[in-house]
Amino acid sequence: MNDYELNLRKDFPILNDDYAYLDNAATSQKPLSVINAVEEYYRTSNANPLRGIYDLSVSATEKYESARLSVKKFINASKKAEIVFTRNATESVNLVAYSYGMSFINEGDEIIVSILEHHSNMLPWQNVAKAKNATLKYLYCDENGVINPSDLEELITDKTALVAITQVSNVIGRTNDIKAFAKIAHEHGAVILCDGAQSVPHMKVDVTDLDVDFLAFSGHKMLAPMGIGVLYGKSELLKKMPPFLYGGEMIESVTVDGATFARIPTKFEAGTVNVGGAVGLEAAINYINNITMDEIVKRENELTEYAINQMRDINHLTVIGSDDPYNHHGIITFDIDDCHPHDVADILGGLGVDVRAGHHCAQPLLKHIGHPVTTRASIAFYNVREDIDRFIDALKGVRRTLGYGE
Amino acid sequence: MENKTIYTEIITDHNVDPYHKHELEGANLILEGVNPSCGDDITLSLKVEDDVVVDGAYQGVGCAISQASADIMLDLVIGKTKEQALRLSELFLNMIRSEITDDELEELEEAGLLKDIAHNPSRTKCAVLGWRTLREMFGVEFEYEEE
Repeated sequence: MNDYELNLRKDFPILNDDYAYLDNAATSQKPLSVINAVEEYYRTSNANPLRGIYDLSVSATEKYESARLSVKKFINASKKAEIVFTRNATESVNLVAYSYGMSFINEGDEIIVSILEHHSNMLPWQNVAKAKNATLKYLYCDENGVINPSDLEELITDKTALVAITQVSNVIGRTNDIKAFAKIAHEHGAVILCDGAQSVPHMKVDVTDLDVDFLAFSGHKMLAPMGIGVLYGKSELLKKMPPFLYGGEMIESVTVDGATFARIPTKFEAGTVNVGGAVGLEAAINYINNITMDEIVKRENELTEYAINQMRDINHLTVIGSDDPYNHHGIITFDIDDCHPHDVADILGGLGVDVRAGHHCAQPLLKHIGHPVTTRASIAFYNVREDIDRFIDALKGVRRTLGYGE
Repeated sequence: MENKTIYTEIITDHNVDPYHKHELEGANLILEGVNPSCGDDITLSLKVEDDVVVDGAYQGVGCAISQASADIMLDLVIGKTKEQALRLSELFLNMIRSEITDDELEELEEAGLLKDIAHNPSRTKCAVLGWRTLREMFGVEFEYEEE
């Protein structure tokens, strides 16, 4: 470890030399600056925001809106009102499905969902298709997880109302050319929802450049606390969408007969909001900006390359997806012959290597690529070569531990 | 760091070179048991005559724990009466819940080696798969415990 890495690791109190945390695609660890910002908020600024007239409530409101502004800049949205705070990416997708989907997708329309999707960007669309008698069409990838824009061009029709696709697959790690997909969707009059859960923490995502209509992501995968997420939506769409949840804060005025609703984004933020989470997310964005996304990308690519190059030399081990480590975004999903992923993850866990095993909430994808269950290691910029060394050493012993000789 | 001890040679032998993983001619009780979330899938075949398990076998795929546990179970129950087999399966489930005496543990013989799986809740369903399938074959519905 060099000095830079030693200092970097000191920012994350949970990290130590007893284990290698390689489950970053599931959730990231949190730097002290995030932990302190949340604590500081509850120590000095906590009150119910938006409605209070007194100083503390005003301060809580300011912090919440400051976080919104930071998110807006981070993903280069054109307006602050286009940033809706949710619990997580799953809730963001459900918001679009229940509000936009149930109102603007009609019988006979088509919804296109890529086979790469996490269940959270698939099940809401199965539900809308069923409820509205719309047709659900799947956009399939090849065995390396690649979907080309021409594949969408072939599938899409003028009946397509919405395209739901992830920017980076949580299993294969490959990036989809969202800008090209958005252009094709718009040419056919469809809107596009992009799942940014695995991309926003690991690469520069610019919603204006991509020209997506919706982007969903979670704070907890990008150094922020659990329980805060984001839905970006173009304002002209958010404005015409009905509320998702009804209740406090999201109204303008209420009578016994009905209500008029607040402007966006408040219309979509019913109930007391998660200011502490938003403050944590802003601190996370500041942390990322401070070390720079370029540095994050560089470190994650180098570590992925370092890992995959060694994994290639291990007999009976297959890395799923691209041969090019730079096409993985830190996500390395693999199979070891004869060894069930739960055994692999159990053995690795016993050696202080934390990885994920199973279907990664993407059962249709795993079935499509012919690996129903797999093991996944996922890297973050705060990992170091020592983590990878520990991982590789542990991998080399798995077959022996399970009684298969070498 | 020491690795966990669950993958002892006896356990891995039962997985790599199982004694009872084959088709069973003359089986009169056949049932498939599945753990949908992880893909463990075994089909248990028994030949039961006059309430005695005269022979048994299994086929399937899954993690080493699920497969070895089924193999060990068959070692234990072949030749036993239905009542004895059910009692052993109950002891096994008790062991997984950490509710077993040392004497009872001895009755489980090699199956007792899976005792420590109790500390890893995500793996207990692997160890239990064969045993709960056996119980279902004998008409005892498996009840998932809600915590």
